[in-house]
Amino acid sequence: MSSSAASTARPVRAKQRPGDRVFSGGALAAGSLILAVLAAVAAFLVLQSIPAFTTPADEVAILAGETFWTYVWPLVFGTLWSAALALLMAVPLAIGIALFISHYAPRRLAQGLGYIIDLLAAVPSIVFGLWGGNVLAPAVQPFYTWATENFGWIPFFAGPASGTGRTILTASIVLAVMVLPIITALTREVFLQTPVLHEEAALALGSTRWEMIRMTVLPFGRPGIISASMLGLGRALGETIAVATVLSSTGAVTFALFTSDNPSTIAANIALSFPEAYGVNVDVLIATGLILFAITLVVNSIARYIVSRRSAFSGAN
Amino acid sequence: MTQASSTSIQNAYSSGRLGSSVPALLLLTTMAVSAVLFLFLQLAGTTERYNIVGAVLLGIVLYGVILYIASRLVEGSRRAMDRLVTTLVATAFVIALLPLISVMFTVLANGSARFDLQFFTYSMRNIVGVGGGALHAIVGTVLMTLVASLISVPIGLMTSIYLVEYGRGPLARAITFFVDVMTGIPSIVAGLFAYALFAIIFGPGVRLGIAGAVALSVLMIPVVVRSSEEMLRLVPNELREAAYALGVPRWLTILKVVLPTSIAGITTGVMLAVARVIGETAPLLVAAGFTSNMNYDLFDGRMQSLPVFVYSSYVSQGTDAQASLDRAWAGALTLILIVMLLNLLARLIARYFAPKLGR
Amino acid sequence: MKFERCARGAIVAVAGALLLSSCAVNERDLGDGSGSDLSGTIVGSGSSAQQAAQEVWVAGFQSDNPDVTVEYDPAGSGAGRDTFTAGGSGFAGTDRAFDDEEVAADEFASCVPGRGIIELPTFISPIAVIFNLDGIESLNLDAATIAGIFKGTITQWDDEAIAAQNERTDLPSTPITAVHRADDSGTTENFTDYLHAAAPQIWDAEPGGEWPYEGGEAAPQTSGVVDAVRNGTGTVGYADASRAGDLGVVSVKVGGEYVPYSSEAAAAIVDVSPFVEGRTKGDLAIEIDRASAEAGVYPIVLISYLVGCQEYRSTEQAELAKAYFGYVISDEAQAAAEEAAGIAPISLTLYERAAVAVESIR
Repeated sequence: MSSSAASTARPVRAKQRPGDRVFSGGALAAGSLILAVLAAVAAFLVLQSIPAFTTPADEVAILAGETFWTYVWPLVFGTLWSAALALLMAVPLAIGIALFISHYAPRRLAQGLGYIIDLLAAVPSIVFGLWGGNVLAPAVQPFYTWATENFGWIPFFAGPASGTGRTILTASIVLAVMVLPIITALTREVFLQTPVLHEEAALALGSTRWEMIRMTVLPFGRPGIISASMLGLGRALGETIAVATVLSSTGAVTFALFTSDNPSTIAANIALSFPEAYGVNVDVLIATGLILFAITLVVNSIARYIVSRRSAFSGAN
Repeated sequence: MTQASSTSIQNAYSSGRLGSSVPALLLLTTMAVSAVLFLFLQLAGTTERYNIVGAVLLGIVLYGVILYIASRLVEGSRRAMDRLVTTLVATAFVIALLPLISVMFTVLANGSARFDLQFFTYSMRNIVGVGGGALHAIVGTVLMTLVASLISVPIGLMTSIYLVEYGRGPLARAITFFVDVMTGIPSIVAGLFAYALFAIIFGPGVRLGIAGAVALSVLMIPVVVRSSEEMLRLVPNELREAAYALGVPRWLTILKVVLPTSIAGITTGVMLAVARVIGETAPLLVAAGFTSNMNYDLFDGRMQSLPVFVYSSYVSQGTDAQASLDRAWAGALTLILIVMLLNLLARLIARYFAPKLGR
Repeated sequence: MKFERCARGAIVAVAGALLLSSCAVNERDLGDGSGSDLSGTIVGSGSSAQQAAQEVWVAGFQSDNPDVTVEYDPAGSGAGRDTFTAGGSGFAGTDRAFDDEEVAADEFASCVPGRGIIELPTFISPIAVIFNLDGIESLNLDAATIAGIFKGTITQWDDEAIAAQNERTDLPSTPITAVHRADDSGTTENFTDYLHAAAPQIWDAEPGGEWPYEGGEAAPQTSGVVDAVRNGTGTVGYADASRAGDLGVVSVKVGGEYVPYSSEAAAAIVDVSPFVEGRTKGDLAIEIDRASAEAGVYPIVLISYLVGCQEYRSTEQAELAKAYFGYVISDEAQAAAEEAAGIAPISLTLYERAAVAVESIR
């Protein structure tokens, strides 16, 4: 591998092997390609959205006389609200499951259990939609009625309860179930990589299993948990068919969880309106897609700001 | 003497501890109590049917509370906390199983009606009402997902290698950030993007299998990058340094040391990504279209896929609704089985390539 | 190594299986001559409401002409019109006819400019108002009451307005949950068009594909509405009549009578409705007379059109479109679609005009 050039007198440097150059070049190219694809998607969204902003609102059938911003606001609200609810349910549950599989279940069982949870990821979104609308919604509807009757004074539980149970909470439960395997699978792998020495040291100091987990596993896995949650959030924000099938969306902006009046989400709205859209209406829908894109950007920036990803625990620091 | 000591001086290893059989007995008791309680509720007419889920949940809550109190009294607050967390963690797992069981039961119960030979050997060409199959959809799904994986796994894996092993500075930070943004691209936007891209090349109104594959890989790449990046980061630096110290070139270190060490996690990530996209309906509806006919050519004509097959069978049922619904559920069952099979395969691959470690 | 051999074996087996089954069983006997010399592929896209009927027609037409493939992509009416205008398909299925502006613009990429388009009302389906109330199979309602129920001003099933029209029915006091389409749809457009025409003082919103009022319950697609109505109690919705199944249906007041939906009544309203003025001879766009008081007509119908070029740029497409359109308007095709998709077959008068239009395709 070494060529004659290596013999010339220079400061000591790592050898630049051709294999290395090809490999790092390939890696760089792949990374740049991703940026290019993203730029292309962004360019597509922006270019297609321009007519939506320049055409007078009263000439666009889908806006029904409103401005673009009054059209998109309930959708933005619904998207954030449903995704937040879904993560609120899914993240603690996912950490619990991941811990159960990595540190509580008998070792022989653990892999099988992990496989079972992975099965949830195998269910296509349309099936979750049908299940959520036809099985889950009727099952939780009596509870919704009961909650609105007894706790209606809490704004979240305000009535009247939906007659079919197809509310934003039901949609969020379905979303939570859908992101659960994603978050679980990643956090599980991260927890399993906790250095055994750390764990054994904690146990040797007399800590209980929970104390050991709190002191070694959770701090080690924190960046992984955040990463996994971001993946889950991305899925929850952008889920289309399942939400469209489950949610009874009427465009209301409300925090009430149990009523028929719910905000739609951007992705679901695109799926529902796109087939009948024509001309500028299509551009309006794509412009809402651009808004969702921007939301993801902002949410990610905030998450990045809160947690510095390069943690001291990373093996490749 | 031994008798006296066992009564006066307790065994040092079991003193201040709950007996090992206590939790199990307690769980049985609380479950029984809760079951009886709900039976009364049903007999009294408060609930129409026997509420199994409610009974199980109440039983678990009772168990958790009583165990915590008992443990706190006997063993002190630290152990009580430990027991409480154990209960919570196990409960989380049980809760996650509920929707899984329910979904699986629904799909199996509805999908088995048409899960027959004809379903796997027929397309929907010239089929009206009962009969017909999903071979065209199965072929389309397999082809498009395969091509999507061929595009996104190398790109995704190389990118994560770049991020973990090479990348420093603004470019790497930009890629990490924008990959996160990319996970948020709604699936239907990915479909619209792929459609627009191919409309530029092939003219307006074109629907191609390859467009579907491109849409899927746009969705798949960020998941592959994010998960494999996480796994590569977990490979201890000591392993890399040991390899460098032995004079192994960097690219060989990555190929022979880093990747095999994290292969299990990476395959899990790739399988997640495949599972994420194989069930996508909206982008394929937009980019690959709908057809009732067989199509093996990704570059010519519309291509059916299982999710679209399920969706359209549900949406457009005709007069003989049951035949259509049966096909939809059988399609869903097939899709789940395909993913399970792929998952199993990936696990086998991971097991064979992974280095034998202590755990 | 053992694993690699296994994997190679598995790959060979899978590839072999794929090759052997290179075609679906039902597609193997393609191409044995049966007297038809038509061949080629024509792509149509559009209305998802038409999908069930199109499947019937495509199957029938392909059986008669084994070398022909008709692809109907139920992408939605709007998408179908856009695709057809851009030249991406040979024909479109749409729940509303092209409007005057679009026809005047004459920007149809696969048609010869200046010759216009053909629009045939081949898919006529009554829209049923369906409800789920224990033990009640039918109700009599007039347009104002239906509008009140769906707008949310009538909230109880035992409301006076409902009770007055159904004196023999024992109405429960359950609250009404009105289910409407969550997606933009031709069904909604036709339904609200009826309410706006027949009860304008209550239904003051302009008709359109999107539900105009807040409130009520929304469900996607006809299937979603039917499922929501079936799974709830005290629910009411509107859907293609073929999907009403065992649910209760409303008889609508027309003139002095209550008319239940039926194929004949739906076809009758089309016959008493005028064609849109100022169109070419082949453009059979219909302006439905929703407020008609004619006896025996059912005014809530969905008309979906088959749209093609008067003169195609490609002769092959013209031949295929002509043959396919000719088949679709035939008695045989309309009867088959009535059985399998619940449409109302077009009347003889409409057929004669449509046949002339099809004949003129070039």
